[in-house]
Amino acid sequence: MHFDAFDRYHETQSFLHRLDPRVKVLVTVIFIVSNALLPDGAWIAFVSAWIFLLANNLISKLGIGYTLKRSIIALPFALIAITVLFSIPGEPLTTFNFIAWQLTITDNGLLRFVSILIRSWLSVQMAILLVAVTRFPDLVHALEHLRVPAVLTTIIAFLYRYLFVLTDEVLRLLRARESRSGAAPGSRSGGGVLWRAKVAGNMAGQLFLRSYERSDRIYNAMVARGYAGHLYTLNPHEMKSSDYYATAFAIAVIFILQVVGRF
Amino acid sequence: MLYVPVLLHIPDGFLNVVVSVIFWIATIVTLGFAISKTNKSLGEKQIPLMGIMAAFIFAAQMINFPVAGGTSGHLLGGALAAIVLGPWAGMLVMTAVIAVQALLFQDGGLLVMGANIFNMGLVTAAIGYGLYRSVMGQSKTVKLGAVAFAAWLSVMAGALLTALQLWLSGTSQLQIVIPAMMGVHALIGVGEALITVFALAFIMQTRPDLLGEGSESAKGSRNWIWVGGIVALLVVLISPFASGDPDGLERVAEDLGFIGTGLDAPYSIIPDYTIPFLGETALSTILAGVVGIIVVAVIMILIGRGMKAKS
Repeated sequence: MHFDAFDRYHETQSFLHRLDPRVKVLVTVIFIVSNALLPDGAWIAFVSAWIFLLANNLISKLGIGYTLKRSIIALPFALIAITVLFSIPGEPLTTFNFIAWQLTITDNGLLRFVSILIRSWLSVQMAILLVAVTRFPDLVHALEHLRVPAVLTTIIAFLYRYLFVLTDEVLRLLRARESRSGAAPGSRSGGGVLWRAKVAGNMAGQLFLRSYERSDRIYNAMVARGYAGHLYTLNPHEMKSSDYYATAFAIAVIFILQVVGRF
Repeated sequence: MLYVPVLLHIPDGFLNVVVSVIFWIATIVTLGFAISKTNKSLGEKQIPLMGIMAAFIFAAQMINFPVAGGTSGHLLGGALAAIVLGPWAGMLVMTAVIAVQALLFQDGGLLVMGANIFNMGLVTAAIGYGLYRSVMGQSKTVKLGAVAFAAWLSVMAGALLTALQLWLSGTSQLQIVIPAMMGVHALIGVGEALITVFALAFIMQTRPDLLGEGSESAKGSRNWIWVGGIVALLVVLISPFASGDPDGLERVAEDLGFIGTGLDAPYSIIPDYTIPFLGETALSTILAGVVGIIVVAVIMILIGRGMKAKS
């Protein structure tokens, strides 16, 4: 069983771990919106936002570089934004030839490109921290408190619960494919692309039917145990005074970031 | 690698707040409809089913197949989900998948999640189901051919929308981002089409009752043909137009106040940066589209042949 293959929660005791999940979701979202609102080249605000993140890393007891290490995944997306380097008018910095085009990097283009990357990188770190200090069921429950419709949160809860089961199913299917498509060294196994796509498609169809039939059994088992269309939790989710203080403090910090970024 | 992310997820920081909010609103309104429709037509049994189907789409994205040169194709799943579950349920399922990918893997941001759900969940489901519904009652070959085209086009629609959003946010230049996104996804879409068709053919063969003609009216009305058809047509028409005549779109965007402050002229080209490839770009987009359509057509013929040989 790969029951923990997708769980990003880190078991530790810290102030952030104990904080109400609603607070954590809310502050994360406000922080990300705040990043998106900061103007290009607001260096002091960017650095302050990162210090705020580092402080949260410390408070969470995960290690000061925890989110930094895991934020590398956002980098490949930078390619999408690379054209702003050349497309925004400004003082030319350097010119070079790329295939058939002469490209000029401008100061404003560079400024915007770097700013977009920093915004993205800060936001990714905050999201990483959120899931590292909040259990997924608590996260879903927080979404429910924040008025996300019950249909959606219930689907998400089921998705999370059965993801591990179906992942095992997929790994079994993949292993079966591997073991049946051995190849001598130097030669390719299996047929052409179309044949391979057919095998993959049949695997997806197979997985669909197994999931569909499994959902029938699961539903019957749930009804037998008293399910009536609603999931319950034993977690009381009560806001304590420390939760209110933490929210107020974080919002104040983010507000100051906005002020610093604009003047 | 256990988990293969889909290329279309936009991270936070790449869209500006205005564009993010507009697409959050569009997504919330559509999901509101989806929820009230599914609440009306489906029993409590459907919610566990949808949850497990969402886990299915998530897990099915791990089934990849090697294409060439170390690259591999895998499923996005929007069209498949809409066809097997109906459009509204398909949209809810895709929303759950995209939300969990963003929450757990930072695969796509939180502020831009509205746009990501719109691109990859809502539009793909509308095109997938609409085009599939339009060939209900036809032969199996015609149905699978339509599904291949729908799956391919749904990926192209997602790519087009992503490109437009990046451009509206001032993150990317239209003449570059549209051909780049649509060119790459013309190929990725072929992978989507292949897996979707073969998965569906498998389901039709083993559990035809799940996709029976009788169950279709319960999933979505004939109006979906219009919705899917119009969205599909828009994608086909806008993609060459957008890069061939960006000023037209820019004007629209300016009139609607989309273009953010601090970015006065996204296109005014740098003085000594001559662009003779504006026309070329439109041409290349159209070419990419034509190549894609030819590839899909060939695949449809091949699949049709394979089906005939089998039966």
